[in-house]
Amino acid sequence: MANLKTTENKTKSQSMGMHSEVLTGRTQQKFFNPDEGENLYYFGTYDVDFNKRTELDVKEMTAADANKEIDNLMSQGFGTIVIKNPQGKHSLGVGILNKLNLIFEGSLGYFGMGSCDGPTVRINGRVGWSCAENLMAGKVVIEKNAGSCFGAAIRGGDLICKGSVGARTGIDMKGGTIIVGGDAGAFTGFMMQRGRIIILGDVGINLGDSMYDGTIFIGGKIGSFGSDAIPADLTDTDQDWLKRKLKVAEIGEKFDVSKMTKIVAGKKLWNYDNLEPHEKKGAI
Amino acid sequence: MCGIAGLIHRGKSSNVGSELQGMLQALKHRGEDSTGYALYGDTDGKNFIMRFKVGENVGEGSSSIMEDVSVYDARKKIVDQYLSELGAKIVKEERVLPYSLRYELAYDTKDLLEFSQKIESIPGVEILSMGKSLEVIKDLGNAQMVCDRYSLDKVVGTHAIGHARMATESGVDIKSAHPFWGYPFSDVSVVHNGQLTNYWNNRRLLENKGMRFMSECDSELIAVYIAQKMREGASLEEGMKASLTGLDGVFTYFVATKDSLGMAKDTMAAKPLVLYESDDLVAMGSEEIAIRSVLPQEIDTYDPYDGEVKVWQI
Repeated sequence: MANLKTTENKTKSQSMGMHSEVLTGRTQQKFFNPDEGENLYYFGTYDVDFNKRTELDVKEMTAADANKEIDNLMSQGFGTIVIKNPQGKHSLGVGILNKLNLIFEGSLGYFGMGSCDGPTVRINGRVGWSCAENLMAGKVVIEKNAGSCFGAAIRGGDLICKGSVGARTGIDMKGGTIIVGGDAGAFTGFMMQRGRIIILGDVGINLGDSMYDGTIFIGGKIGSFGSDAIPADLTDTDQDWLKRKLKVAEIGEKFDVSKMTKIVAGKKLWNYDNLEPHEKKGAI
Repeated sequence: MCGIAGLIHRGKSSNVGSELQGMLQALKHRGEDSTGYALYGDTDGKNFIMRFKVGENVGEGSSSIMEDVSVYDARKKIVDQYLSELGAKIVKEERVLPYSLRYELAYDTKDLLEFSQKIESIPGVEILSMGKSLEVIKDLGNAQMVCDRYSLDKVVGTHAIGHARMATESGVDIKSAHPFWGYPFSDVSVVHNGQLTNYWNNRRLLENKGMRFMSECDSELIAVYIAQKMREGASLEEGMKASLTGLDGVFTYFVATKDSLGMAKDTMAAKPLVLYESDDLVAMGSEEIAIRSVLPQEIDTYDPYDGEVKVWQI
């Protein structure tokens, strides 16, 4: 386990302005202390074989039944599951806490892939509001458009939409990366606290409104900046990272990242400087 | 919460009653205190169709006061008398339910203001819709229940909008249910999902200009607001665009006229809407599952952005 305490050397992510808060704190060390590894048990995880593949038609199933069946299939060791006929159902694929190749042959409704930790997901359709909310790790790729609150409060992982997304993308996000191939609506990055958002197209008004930390990169036009969101210099490190990230995301590989606009938090919000360091962390 | 749905067929008619029923039933988890349909049916366009009520549904869950059926009969009698005085001839009369009626009227006028004011001067009487194509049907219960009660599944037409309501701002009754007629304009209807925060200010202003409100439901303001803009000479689209700044709050709403269907979304984009658009059909709803009830195959849909207004013609 990496030592998460402060070091004198700036990390690459810090030099990119992605965060200024140091990850310290009793809770994190308590939960991730390697000396107590034998006591750790991650509820809801299974050993799965990615070469063991199956299909699941959810046309006549409720979301709850479909999710239970996905869990059942994972418990049998299936590591690749193809979901047929999702037909815009809400809350499909939520709460998956282990590695899994999950493919949806169609579109999802609201809250798809919420609270997941680890799966690699491809959705060959569109997603409704709040896709992958609270994602902790893994990769979710959407081939078409996404609704509002895309990636709300994610803590990690990569969330990729090849089409356009609605309003409040990355609201309250605390880590991870959101990549959008098309446009994004108003309040993108609203109250984001850490992590990175990349939008290759245009964004609406109030970009990065009330953001505490994190970084936003915009390839197109910006409707307006929100409170406390300010432009920053796009460094060579940023460009290298953007190229690599877009390549991995299979999106905009030929995009000219040198013309992107970088946005960070101005940290002038009325309460920001009034907080003690430990209080800032509590807020985050 | 509430759910809204709408569709418009371009260049053809379809069974819009059944289609809208499916869309609204898919949204019933967003509210089933009441459900309303605004159906634009195929008619010869000669007569007005007036849907009106002479009382409320006082069934389970209703917030209305129980009245004897004889009271409804007395009100209907006065309506008939007033229609005669206005020179409107009843061509066809249907009493769908004791409190709900449908009249086809031979009536030669373009200004329905005087007409409506006279009919609605009868206490307990409300015109739900007036038009040569539009029929607003709304009642307590979910989409299936209302559809069955009023036999809407056979209605053929070009477009329709509807609403599944969870009552938050006003009572569980028909007068607060959507859609709202764009009084006093023929064939104009509105459904809304959201909350309007400057309702009372706007209501006072519009009442001073002679517009009428039948409920205390904030959504009714949209119908009245747009109707007033149209009275002042604005087009439907201009009226809708004006509403983005004139109305305060969070909203997504649909407006339909005899030959068009429009949507508007507030500048915060706080209320959901998913939209499917092709050359011959536009379908939209609060959730994609509403669209899936008429288009089960894989389709491309998207969310309109903040402050967006769109209007489609049949």
